[in-house]
Amino acid sequence: MTDDELDVEAEIVQMLAGRLPAGVQVSTDTRIVQGLGLDSVAILDFIMDLEERFDVSIPLDRIAEVQTIGELSRAIETLTGTA
Amino acid sequence: MMSLTAKFAEVRAGLDALSAMGRNPFDIRFEKMLSPTMALLDGRPILLLGTNNYLGLTFDAACVAESTRAIEEAGTGTTGSRIANGTYSDHALLERRLAEFYGRRSAMVFTTGYQANLGLISTLAGRGDHLLVDADSHASIYDASRLGAAEVTRFRHNDPEDLARRLRRLEGRPGDRIIVTEGIYSMLGDTAPLREIVAVKREAGACLIVDEAHSLGILGEHGRGLCEAARVEADVDFVVGTFSKSLGAIGGFATSDLPGFDLLRLVCRPYMFTASLPPAVIASVTASLARIRTDSSLGERVLSRSRRLYFGLARAGFELGPEPNPIIAVKMPERETAVRFWNRLVDEGLYVNLALPPATPGSLSLIRSSVSSAHTEAQIDRAVSIMTAVGSELRVLERRAVATALPVG
Repeated sequence: MTDDELDVEAEIVQMLAGRLPAGVQVSTDTRIVQGLGLDSVAILDFIMDLEERFDVSIPLDRIAEVQTIGELSRAIETLTGTA
Repeated sequence: MMSLTAKFAEVRAGLDALSAMGRNPFDIRFEKMLSPTMALLDGRPILLLGTNNYLGLTFDAACVAESTRAIEEAGTGTTGSRIANGTYSDHALLERRLAEFYGRRSAMVFTTGYQANLGLISTLAGRGDHLLVDADSHASIYDASRLGAAEVTRFRHNDPEDLARRLRRLEGRPGDRIIVTEGIYSMLGDTAPLREIVAVKREAGACLIVDEAHSLGILGEHGRGLCEAARVEADVDFVVGTFSKSLGAIGGFATSDLPGFDLLRLVCRPYMFTASLPPAVIASVTASLARIRTDSSLGERVLSRSRRLYFGLARAGFELGPEPNPIIAVKMPERETAVRFWNRLVDEGLYVNLALPPATPGSLSLIRSSVSSAHTEAQIDRAVSIMTAVGSELRVLERRAVATALPVG
C-alpha cells in the first residue's frame, strides 16, 4: 500500500463522515452499496464530490465495478495517475 | 424458484411499508376518465393534477376524429417494424411535419419517448466516444448510457462549470463528446441553463442533445420548447421529445440537421427491433401537432394556470421547486409525511404524484403536480385549497413557518 493510496482512502473516509447514518463505521473493506446505508442516488452524488475533490471523472461503468471503499480509492488513483 | 424474487426483498419491504400507510401509490386504478382533468376513483370523481396532460388534448375532438378515421381506414396496428415490414405513408408524413415544425432537415419517430432517448443516445455515443449527462437525467437517458458503448460521466445538475471541467479532463483524448440535457426536468420542473451549456459545448466542440419531453408545446413562442425560448436552436444538434405528454398520445421522436441522420434507421436497435406506432396514434399526434402549430393559446394557458398554482402554493407557505412551470413539486419534510400527505389528498379528491427517493434528486420526498391547459382557474384554486388544508392538518406548513423564521447563522 502506497502513501498515495492511504491519502485517497483517508480523504474518502473523512468526506463520508458527515453524511452517514449514525453508527456506520467505514474501512477499506466497507461495501459501498450495502455498507453505507445510502441510496443509489446519494452514492452517485457522493462520488461527484470525490470527482471534484480529486479533479477526475470516474465513468459510470467504472463506478459499477467498484464494490468497496478500497476499490473506489484505487480506481481514483488509477484515473489520476497516482497509483 | 422462490430465490428469483429474493433479490427484490427490499422493494417488497418498501412497498409493504407504503401500503401499510394507505393506498399503494404504484397501483392507482381509475375506473373511468371523465375528461383531461377528471376521473372516477373508487366510485368518486377525482381532480387530476398529476397526468402530464399539459395541453389537455387527450379528448380533443379533432384528434379523436382523426384517430377514429385512421383506425377505420388503416387498422388497429402496423404489426411490424418500419425497416422490416414497411412504412405507412402517415408515419412518414408525421416525420415531415415534425421536421417542418422544428425547422430541421430530418425527424425520426420512435414507438415511445423512452425508446427515442434509448435509441438516439446509445447509437450516437459509440465506443471511444464520451457521453456527458446531467445528473438529474430521466431513466431513459441513463438506460441509453448503459446500452451504448461510450464512456459515460454525469455532470452536476444544471452546472455548466462542472460540465466544462469534465470536458477539459477529456482534452487530448480521441472520440466525440456528446452532452445530454433536458428542457424542463421532470421532478422539480426546473429548466436547464441552455445558453451557458451551449457556450461550453461550442468551446469544447461537443454536440448537444436536448430532451424536450416536458417542454414541447409549452415553452417558446412557437411551442418548440426551451431551445426556442432560450434562442439556442442553431446550437442544439438534436432535439428529442415525446408524444405522450403535450401531444396526448404515445410515441417519441428525434430531429436534427445532421447530414445522414436517416442512416440511424439502419443502426439504431430501439428503432429497428420494435413495431411502429399504430395508425390511430400517428393520426392523433399529427392532428395535435397541427393544433399547437396554429394555436399558441394552449401553451399560454398552461403557463398561466401553472403560475396560479405555483404562487398559490407559495403564498400558502409550501416549499417548491425553483420555477413556475407546469411541473410543480412541493418538498415534504420527510418520506412518511409525503406518503401521508399524498394519501390525504386522494381522500379529498385530488390526484397528484408521490415521488420518493431514489427516483428524486437530492433524496427529496416530493408531492409532484402537473398542470394542464384544460384545468379551469376554479380547479387550480380547489387544488391549492385542498393542499393547504392538508398541509395544515399534517403540520407541514407550521413546521415550515418555524423553520423559515429561525435566524440564519
